[in-house]
Amino acid sequence: MLRDITLGQYYPAESVIHRLDPRVKLFGTLVFLVSLFITDNFIGYALALCFLATAIIVSKVPLSFIMRGLKAIIFLLIFSVLINLFMTRGEVVVSFWKLSITKEGIYVASFMAIRILFLIMGSSIMTLTTTPNNLTDGLEKGLGFLKIFRVPVHEIAMMMSIALRFIPILMEETDKIMKAQMARGADFESKKLTKRVKSLVPLLIPLFVSAFRRANDLATAMEARCYRGGKGRTKMKPLKYKKRDALAYLIIFAYLAGMILVRRFF
Amino acid sequence: MSIIVNHLTYRYNEGTPMESVAVDDVSFKIEDGEFIGLIGHTGSGKSTLVQHLNGILKPTSGSVYYDGRDVFDGDFDLKVLRSNVGLVFQYPEHQLFETDVFSDVCFGPKNLGLSKKETELRAYKALKLVGIEDDFFYQSPFDLSGGQKRRVAIAGVLAMEPKVLVLDEPTAGLDPKGRDDLLLSLKQVKEETGCTIVLVSHSMEDVALYADRIIVMNHAKIVYDDTPVNVFRHYDKLKEMGLGVPEITSAMYKLRAAGFDVPTDIITVNDAVDAIMKIMRA
Repeated sequence: MLRDITLGQYYPAESVIHRLDPRVKLFGTLVFLVSLFITDNFIGYALALCFLATAIIVSKVPLSFIMRGLKAIIFLLIFSVLINLFMTRGEVVVSFWKLSITKEGIYVASFMAIRILFLIMGSSIMTLTTTPNNLTDGLEKGLGFLKIFRVPVHEIAMMMSIALRFIPILMEETDKIMKAQMARGADFESKKLTKRVKSLVPLLIPLFVSAFRRANDLATAMEARCYRGGKGRTKMKPLKYKKRDALAYLIIFAYLAGMILVRRFF
Repeated sequence: MSIIVNHLTYRYNEGTPMESVAVDDVSFKIEDGEFIGLIGHTGSGKSTLVQHLNGILKPTSGSVYYDGRDVFDGDFDLKVLRSNVGLVFQYPEHQLFETDVFSDVCFGPKNLGLSKKETELRAYKALKLVGIEDDFFYQSPFDLSGGQKRRVAIAGVLAMEPKVLVLDEPTAGLDPKGRDDLLLSLKQVKEETGCTIVLVSHSMEDVALYADRIIVMNHAKIVYDDTPVNVFRHYDKLKEMGLGVPEITSAMYKLRAAGFDVPTDIITVNDAVDAIMKIMRA
């Protein structure tokens, strides 16, 4: 039941995208997300689609796997489409009861739908092709310049990597506790909302207890290995840019330039 | 009320590169009143297998019959099945959540829709069965010791008065005394309630004394399904699987290898003493 969530999951495969430096992927994702907000027409989206499709094909992650991650946002998607469809004023196309669909409404609704879809798919590609450890390494190094402003970059990166590392563990734990309570007759699928909320208590309390226990154990284990923060700490696999990373940066900048041009001239 | 498992196969993460077979074409039958030891190395699929017995997991293929009916039929009430087949998960103490021990044990029977009186009566009986004294009833379950927590959690399932009790590694992480006490209470539970018990473990010592039938799993398949004495005859094969036989059986094999004429189908220390005494007198 919880296995459907693919956001933040890693998909092991052998591809160029998998081997790219995480900093490139972070930057690329950021550029892609920004570019979606730069665009104000469908030609821009066509370009974005090309970029996304290429990335997906090159990454060797099956499309069905990425699509599975969209299940989680289906309600958000439907909701925003409906709101935009009915609430936009303009030239009426169809109208029934008190609702009317306008030409502008259809335009805005499809625009928003594509934007949300691309946002999620774009960021999934990054998390699917980058291990959490790599991701935080990239963040730490990529944001290293913030240290000048006394931002504790290393600590933030460490917290992030721990949080990411614990997502699957806590997910598994949730699954286990859920099963255990189901074995004791708990009903998590009740139709009544009050009942459903109440049924979460036997799930959440053990989950919190175990999260605190794990946090405590981890802190002890880290201290036992003399963890003292980022100062003077070296890495087993330091990040180094390679030729393919330079090429990837080039493609990303070309894409960004393309998106800006599309906005200027169409 | 027998349970029949028929050609059951279960795959994790089907359709992804992480796909793996946890249970591979397994068939067996659990009769009323049996005490079954399900043995296998870590990762042999035993935990996955038992989660099918009360319908928590749905098999990839194959079926499970309870009382002659397919439990994954659309109209089969899984809630009834779960009250009849009690499943105690690994580290069950992690599922405790109530403010006091007694309410936590009440959770199961309450979900069955029983009256308050009946619920409390069952909770009381269950706590007594696992040997928790009245003094602990209104303490927070989180203040108890590890062994006590586990007993309370087991009582939580017992209070539903299942006809079949399945326990997944109930002795994991307990000290030797805690382990012996727990196994002994399980035996008492069986004697007093007459329920069927399936004990999952990776330790031969645990099951050798109490089980009257042992099912051995290796690499997602059932390799042996027989009485303890017969299963332990496969001394070398079991060793290959990383399971071995109880220490005392192993000792008898060594004695025999050293030239003493002792029987090797011995699983308790008392029998071993008798056998050794016999050849010493002779």
